[in-house]
Amino acid sequence: MKRKGHILLLFIAICVASCNTDSVTVDPSNGYVPTPLTLEVPQLFAERILPPVIPEDNPLTEEGVALGKKLFFDPALSLNGAQACADCHRPENAFTDPRQFSVGIDGSVGTRNSMPLQNLAFNFRERFFWDGRAISLEAQIFEPVTNPIEMNNTWPNVENTLQETEGYPLLFERAFGSSTVDSVNVSKAIAQFLRTLISGNAKIDRFLLGTEELTPSEANGLAIFLDESRGDCFHCHGLPANPLWTDNAFHNNGLDEIITDRGLGGVSGDPREFGLFKSGTLRNIEFTGPYMHDGRFATIDEVINHYSEGLVFSKTIDPLMKKVAEGGVQLSEEEKADLKAFLLTFSDLEFINNPDFQN
Amino acid sequence: MKKIALILAIGFAFIACDNDDETTTPVVNTDVNFTFTQNWDGTDIQNADYETTTYTNANGEVLTLSKLVYLISDITFTNAAGEVFDAGDYNLIDARTGTNTSFTPNIEIPEGEYTVSFTYGFDDEDNVDLAYLDLNSSDGSWSVPAPLGGGYHFMRMEGEYTNDMNALVSFQYHNVRANRHSSLPPGPNTLVELQDTSIQVDLGTVDIITGTSIEVKMNVAEWFKNPNQWDLNVLFTVLMPNFDAQLMMNENGQNVFSRGAISVNP
Repeated sequence: MKRKGHILLLFIAICVASCNTDSVTVDPSNGYVPTPLTLEVPQLFAERILPPVIPEDNPLTEEGVALGKKLFFDPALSLNGAQACADCHRPENAFTDPRQFSVGIDGSVGTRNSMPLQNLAFNFRERFFWDGRAISLEAQIFEPVTNPIEMNNTWPNVENTLQETEGYPLLFERAFGSSTVDSVNVSKAIAQFLRTLISGNAKIDRFLLGTEELTPSEANGLAIFLDESRGDCFHCHGLPANPLWTDNAFHNNGLDEIITDRGLGGVSGDPREFGLFKSGTLRNIEFTGPYMHDGRFATIDEVINHYSEGLVFSKTIDPLMKKVAEGGVQLSEEEKADLKAFLLTFSDLEFINNPDFQN
Repeated sequence: MKKIALILAIGFAFIACDNDDETTTPVVNTDVNFTFTQNWDGTDIQNADYETTTYTNANGEVLTLSKLVYLISDITFTNAAGEVFDAGDYNLIDARTGTNTSFTPNIEIPEGEYTVSFTYGFDDEDNVDLAYLDLNSSDGSWSVPAPLGGGYHFMRMEGEYTNDMNALVSFQYHNVRANRHSSLPPGPNTLVELQDTSIQVDLGTVDIITGTSIEVKMNVAEWFKNPNQWDLNVLFTVLMPNFDAQLMMNENGQNVFSRGAISVNP
């Protein structure tokens, strides 16, 4: 009987060890295992799109997410200790910057609008930034810290600063099994936190779940959104089958006759990709202005006007941009108002006000 | 006693069968690979051709391609005895990027001679709205809006052409299940008829052995050619809710696909 008990314990131990190996990082030096964390995927997402992308070498853990959140809001990552990630990615703005261009620690101004941070775990293409130059969320996080016009720091300096800051070594040990701070684990922790930023409870979600109705104006806006002859928004921004409301792909949407910012083409070197930028998600569009990669449009109305009357031709313009010679699809004022009403159904106050996402 | 004799007899019979089997050639099962290539009347279309190489369609319009993504499903193997082998899976091919241009259906079949066929697009049985999470997640969404009948795109071919006014104009040759409306633009209550416009493609008879790979060629020019000479000046945009245009695509698509090279990889 006693022997059977040992065998049972051994079996359970093997099972537990196997489960842990599959789901979380184990530091072979001390066997420490942080607490696995499972993302709460909204019902609509679970029913309609693929599961979130979680890298095998950076599984979500409670300790990793907590550390990532602390780092995200900590100005210690910048050279002068004055700027945190959250300064240009503000929770109340769906983690983007209400300024056209963010300002770095020395007053330098960028050339592109800060991107909102939401539903990044569902970016199945795994190309980040407006020009797609980062091929993982972890890789994306490496850049702003050392960018001279942003945080302007060095990774060795960040590592030293955090190592000397009370509390951080313990948090790193809890998250990754080692109290030694290194840049890879900084990026992993922040990436873990960013993957928890899921927006999936806007009016449009509740409508699609059948728990809330659209107003006639919003419903007409949806019809325009899905109509090839009017909005045709869905080919780039998705439709009810894809609650991300972006294709996470790259397009030239007819902003400029002369391409000065090459976007994706600047990364690939392919002239066919000059002036292509990632489609932004429409989620929380009410809070994410200004719009476009360079923040040129201050309001949603300006965006709608662009697609209606403001398109201009350039060599790489996307074929989905219609009636370019006439400036666009020429929506009536009523259609514009209805389309805007529909776009405002993407506002997710639960996301904007989620205390888990606040400092 | 009779029962014992019967059991012994059956037992011997099974042993005898087993002995016979040992002398026959064992059945070898194999999967089959497919490669999807594209050409314009026999000239291969490669990545470098998109947005650069000009083609002239049957109606005389000069065009370039920028996007060519299409869906195939239900690759089926039928042997001489009429047995049908079908994994029931599907494959979304992005010709420009080369994504999924090589595809192996999730089924193993006994080596032998088969008639090979597939469905271009989804037939009505498979064209179920919201059913495929990977397709919902692909290319923004490969889905078709509910007012147009839902389901999924069969093909998105996009590019630019020079119109009769000598202007460069974009076209969106999007193929979906044909959907007729009481009035346009489509709305929540305008849909009156759906018609399955998927295409059954017969690739002929193929001797399948381990390592067989079958090339499936798409002649893009055929979409504009036969039996309907496609006039891009008229049919260049808003084709998804155009019932007649979808029927014409279905007719032109009958000769788009053909079997190419068959190779055996060791």
